[in-house]
Parts: sequence; structure tokens; C-alpha cells
Amino acid sequence: MQAATLFTPQLAASPIAKILWLIPAMPIVASGVISLLKQPRRKAATVLSIGSLSFSLLLSLIAFAHVVAGWAQGAAVCETVNFTWFQFGSTTVDLGWVLDPLSSVMLVMVTFVGLLIFIYSIGYMAHDENYTRFFCFLSLFAGAMLGVVISNSILLLFMSWEIVGLTSYLLIGFWYQKPSAAAAAKKAFLTTRVGDIFFLLGIVWLFAQTGTLLFYNHGAGSIEGWALTGLLAQPAALGLSAATAIGLLIFAGAAGKSGQLPLHVWLPDAMEGPTPVSALIHAATMVAAGVYLIARVYPLMQAGALAGGTTPALTVVTWVGASTALFAALIAVAQNDIKRILAYSTISQLGYMMAGLGLGGVAVGMFHLITHAFFKALLFMGAGSVIHGCHEEQDIRKMGGLKSAMPLTFATYGIGMLALCGVPIFFSGFWSKDAILESAHGWPLSQAPFYMLVFGAVLTAFYMTRQISYVFFGAYRGHNHAHESPRVMTTPLAILAFFAVALGVIGTPAWPWFRAFLDNRAADVSLHAFAEPAWLMLLLTSCVIVVLGIGFGWTLYGNKSPNAEAPDALERAVPWIWAVLRDKFYVDEFYGATFIAFYEWWARVADWLDRRVWGGAVAAVTWLFGLWAQLNRFLDTNVVDGTFDKGCEEISTGGGLLASIQSGRVQNYLRILALAVVALVAILIWSSRP
Amino acid sequence: MTPLASYLLVAALVFAIGLAGALVRRNAILVLIGIELMLNAANLNFIAFWRYGPHPEALTGMMFAIFSIAVAAAEAAVGLGLVIAIYRHAQTTDLDKMNRMKG
Repeated sequence: MQAATLFTPQLAASPIAKILWLIPAMPIVASGVISLLKQPRRKAATVLSIGSLSFSLLLSLIAFAHVVAGWAQGAAVCETVNFTWFQFGSTTVDLGWVLDPLSSVMLVMVTFVGLLIFIYSIGYMAHDENYTRFFCFLSLFAGAMLGVVISNSILLLFMSWEIVGLTSYLLIGFWYQKPSAAAAAKKAFLTTRVGDIFFLLGIVWLFAQTGTLLFYNHGAGSIEGWALTGLLAQPAALGLSAATAIGLLIFAGAAGKSGQLPLHVWLPDAMEGPTPVSALIHAATMVAAGVYLIARVYPLMQAGALAGGTTPALTVVTWVGASTALFAALIAVAQNDIKRILAYSTISQLGYMMAGLGLGGVAVGMFHLITHAFFKALLFMGAGSVIHGCHEEQDIRKMGGLKSAMPLTFATYGIGMLALCGVPIFFSGFWSKDAILESAHGWPLSQAPFYMLVFGAVLTAFYMTRQISYVFFGAYRGHNHAHESPRVMTTPLAILAFFAVALGVIGTPAWPWFRAFLDNRAADVSLHAFAEPAWLMLLLTSCVIVVLGIGFGWTLYGNKSPNAEAPDALERAVPWIWAVLRDKFYVDEFYGATFIAFYEWWARVADWLDRRVWGGAVAAVTWLFGLWAQLNRFLDTNVVDGTFDKGCEEISTGGGLLASIQSGRVQNYLRILALAVVALVAILIWSSRP
Repeated sequence: MTPLASYLLVAALVFAIGLAGALVRRNAILVLIGIELMLNAANLNFIAFWRYGPHPEALTGMMFAIFSIAVAAAEAAVGLGLVIAIYRHAQTTDLDKMNRMKG
């Protein structure tokens, strides 16, 4: 394991780094525009989403070329653009983006695979009435994912991360009319939320400790030297440093997103979404976000490494990854849904990536991430093509013999399968898995992860052979005639198949270009690496793994064309193991009996409290106010109104009296006038008397 | 008995007759005639006080009486006009029936 190279950001950002924000912004803007389009404007939606992502791909390639050029000249490229979002007191909340080898590689991968999946979706979703909505969500997803990739601020990363989670929810539940799809979307959202809570805690703690949200900030970022020293010196509980504790919290978030044990339950259910979604989200990008996150905060995970190069946080990552890899591979053996097999395979491969990160560093994990993204997207899209060709049938027992009906799909699917199995030399999956196994073999703490990963690899070859035998060999067991998919779907398959083979070139031991690029070292070509005994041993191990897995699988399932209703070959051999594997180790049932049962009970208690206690209190207060209102009404009618009425009566009577003088008879007035004058005169005379 | 007192007595008599007429007659025209009598009683007083006052050469009392007669003529014209209007409206000149303005 190499010591990680700490990048020192260059002071001036290059022009491409300055406009890096356009890469996620374009698809997000496209998504916003599409959301305003009417349902029948399919062409506009297609052009917008694919055009924006093509533009992002172009920018990503320019950025990648820029980073490679800088690296070739021996200058580590790590350009950041930071700015203050807002400020309270003396604390600033900073956002920013970063262009370094890690982000540039991810950018190219996400935009390229994403673009192929977009194109594939044109064919796959052609008959769906909500075509524009689909592309709206896809674009938003792609934009958010690219936002995760370029973030230099853990806050910006978290925001994009949550948008990714939201779009994942929307896309899994795209066919929300199906109750199972709606439930799967909810499950995915809630399960990842469990991890995200820990992630958020980690962010808050990191912010509180280091006072900055930025990863790289000219030496003052949260994962640069100065902050890490402070974090290491700060003790947390159980004898762990704050760096380790924060690392573990962030890893919990990554585990939720990447389907690691014990938060993997949502990923198989997420297969309810349309197949391009499964390919885009649950193979190539979103689930890789967790792995990418660990790679991004790797200096934090690695801080305080001992001589062996490992830390408590990385040890946890390794064990979780290795367990997931084995666990999911076991379950995948006994599934019958073509997409579910691939889903468990994805979980298993994500376990490999995590283990690779824990054992061998950023480059090892990331290399598997990149190669896996290509061949797993290929497999998912191949599966989509098969499902499309078999009239929406997903049960592999009802397929069979499709190699003649769908030759192009078969050829590309076969390449993807061989890459996933890790067939030596010719396929990219071999080189990336090989690097992980090599690191595991050299791990100083324990050899157990190595054996777990090797056994997982055997199982991978086994279940993929089982699947491909069921689907493509033997005789067709379905009802309707199967047909090949349109060109718009098969062309992306062919392109991905090419990369599933070719990508291995950049990661061979003889020319470890990818690893050197990420670790910022010079890449040397040394053919001697192929002759080293350790590597030859690994090559031999890989051969044995592949031969064992494929051979065993072919013996049990190859070309036998079982009846659709007949029990599985493995089921006949060891029924009880089969039952356990088929029921996924009863994890869902376990959660149902513990967490969900507890929440149901708690909800019932809360409901009772609400109805009886709080509801009663509210009712009592209401009753009191009612009483008070009655009293007020009594006072009002009897006291206030009574007084008023009486006063009015008096005034009315007085007015009547006075009005009776006003009789309307002129002579009366004159009479009174005359009497008054007489009285006046009398008074005058009387008073002027001497 | 001085001539002044006898004039004043006559004027008072005329005023009393006019007042009684205005108060007791029901016919509006006769009430108007009573009022005219009262006015003329006042005019008689003006003349008497002027004639037997300290400056009989200044003609002030005469002026007052002439003004008063002019005003009385106008008043009689307006009053008769009103009576005619009321008669046209109510077909009567009985003042006791003209009580629509009572409060």
C-alpha cells in the first residue's frame, strides 16, 4: 500500500476549472426545461437531455485532458474554485468545486456511461406515455451526480447527494401505479436516509472541529494536513480519534448509498424501476457515489496510519466491504429474476470496491469502480434488452435459448459476463479485481478478507454462468416469440462491450497508468511485473477461480434446458441452503420483525397517546372555553343588552313626549307664542317695578 | 288722557282683535286677515310714537311704517299663495286639518 500523495492546490484555477460548474448545471437546466414541456413533446425532451449531457461529456473530456496534460508535465493538478455562500458571525459557509485526477476520471465515466444509457432509454422507453417525465428525472439525476463528483465542499456534496437520493426515489417509483414499485421507492428512500443521518452527523462534527466545509483550500481545507493533525489529536469515545469517528460516520452514509451491509436491502427492490434506471443508478453512478465519497475523503480515513498503512476506519471499511462482497454473492446464486441477480451482483461488486479502498487505497477501489461501471451498465442494459425482447418477462426460468433469437445482445452480454467473472488477461474486470485481491493478499492484519473475496469471486463466476445458461442456452421456455431489440438499444451495448474489454489496458501491473494517475506518480512501463512470482500466483488463483465457478455452473445448468417449473439443480442437491439463499438470509424478515415491528408498535403507542392523552387535553380545553363562552353569552343578553334596551326605551319615550307638542296645528304654536309673550311682558313689568 | 295713550289703546285693541282672530278662526284666509290686523296695530304704534316722540321732524316712524306695510303686502301675497296651493292640494282651507307636519 502506497502512502497517499497529498495534493497541494494550485493557486490559479485554469479556465476549464473555472467553468467546471457547467458540467452539472447543463443537465439540471435541461431537466428544468423538460419539466415545463408538455407530455407529447418527446423529441424536444430527448434533444435537450442528450444534448446537455453530450455537452457535459465534452467539457469533462477537456477537463480530463487538462489534468492528464498537467500530470504528464509532473505538476499535480488540483485546482479549486471556492466562494462563500453565506456568513453568520465569523463563520462562513463555503461552497466550491475541485478539478483533480479523481474528479476528472469520475466526470468522464459518469457522463460517458450516462450518455449511452440516455441513448438506450430512447429505445427502451419508446412506448411509455411518461417519456418526457422520465427524461426530466434522468437529466436531474445526471446533474446531481456530476455535482457530487465535482464538489469541493462537503456541504455541496451533501446537497447533490440528497438530490441524487430524491431522483433515485422518483425513478425507482417511476411506474408508481405498481404497488411494488411505490413500496420499493419508499424503501430505498428510507434506507438510504438511515445512512444519511450518520453522514450529516459526520459533516456537522467535521465542520465543528475544523471550522471549514471545504476539502481543499490551499492547506486550510478539512482534509488537508493542518486540519487532520487537529482531528487526530482530538479524542472521541472508545479510544478513537475524532478523525476515525468522523470517518466512520461518513462511511455509514456511503454504506447506505452503496448498498453495503446492513443497509443493502433497498438495492434489490430498486429493480422495480425501468431498466435504464437500474443501469444508470444501480450499477454505474449512484451506488458508486458512496465509493467515490470514501475516495474523496480518503486522507481523512487514512489519517494517522501506522506502519502497516491501515487505520481503524479503513479496517471497518475493509471488513464491511469484504462481508458484503461474499454475502451478496451468496444470495445472487439463488435468485430467479434476471435483474435481481444483477442487483445482488452489484452489491457484491460494491463490496469489492469498498474492500479495495480499505485495503489498497484510492486507485484500487476507483479502478474497480470505473471498470465495473462499464460492464455492469452493459449487463443491465443487456438484461433490459432481453426483457424487452421477451415481452417484459423477467424470470430467467421462462427464458432460454435466446442466443439465436438475440445474437447481438448475447454477444455483448457474454462479454459483460466474462468481464464480471474476471476472466484473465482479456477483460477489464480481471485487472481491477486482481488489484483488489493482490492488496487483500498483502494486508497485514488478517488473511480472512482475501479468502472471503476469493470465494466471492468463485460465486460470481458461478451465478453468472447459471444466469447466462438459463437465459441464452437450451430451448426457449416462454410463450411469445422473442425478438432482437432495435439498433438504438444495441449500439450502446456494443460500445460498452468494447470498453469492458479495453479498459483493462490502463490498469495492468506492467503499465499501472490509472493508479499512477490517481496517486500522482509517473507511469512506467515494466514488463517485468508480469514475471513476478506473486503476480503469477494471483493469475493462477484467478484462473482457478474462474474455471471453478464457470465449470461448476456449466455442469449444473449448462445447456440442460430445465423445465420452467422444475426445481433448480442446486435446490435438488442441498434444499435447505437453497431455501436460505433464496430468501436472502431472511434479512428483510429480520428487519420486519425488529425495526419495523418496533416502529409499528411505537406508532400505535403514539396514536394512542395522541387520541387519548393529547386529544383528551385538547377536548378539555375546548370544553372550558365552551363554558366560558356560555357565561359570556348570558352576561351579554341579560346585562349589556338589557341596559342598552332600557336606555333606548327611555329616549324613545322622551322623544314621544316632546313630539306631542309638535302637533302640526299652526294655531297651537301661535297660541303658545302669544302666551309666552304675555308671560314675558308680565315678567318684565313685574321686574321693572320700583 | 293724552292723545298718545288713546292711540296706544286703539292699537292695542286692534292687536287684540287680530290676535283673537288669528287664534280662533279655522279658515286660513281669516287667520291671515288677523295677522294683517296685528301688523297694522304695530304700524299705528310706530306712527303714534313717532308723532309724539322727541324728533317728529325726522320722519323715521313714517319710514318704518311704510317698510312694514311693504313687508306686510309681500307677506300677504306669499300667505295667500300658500293658502291657494294648500287648497289645491287638500281641497280645504281648514287649518285643523293641515296637521301633517306634526311630530
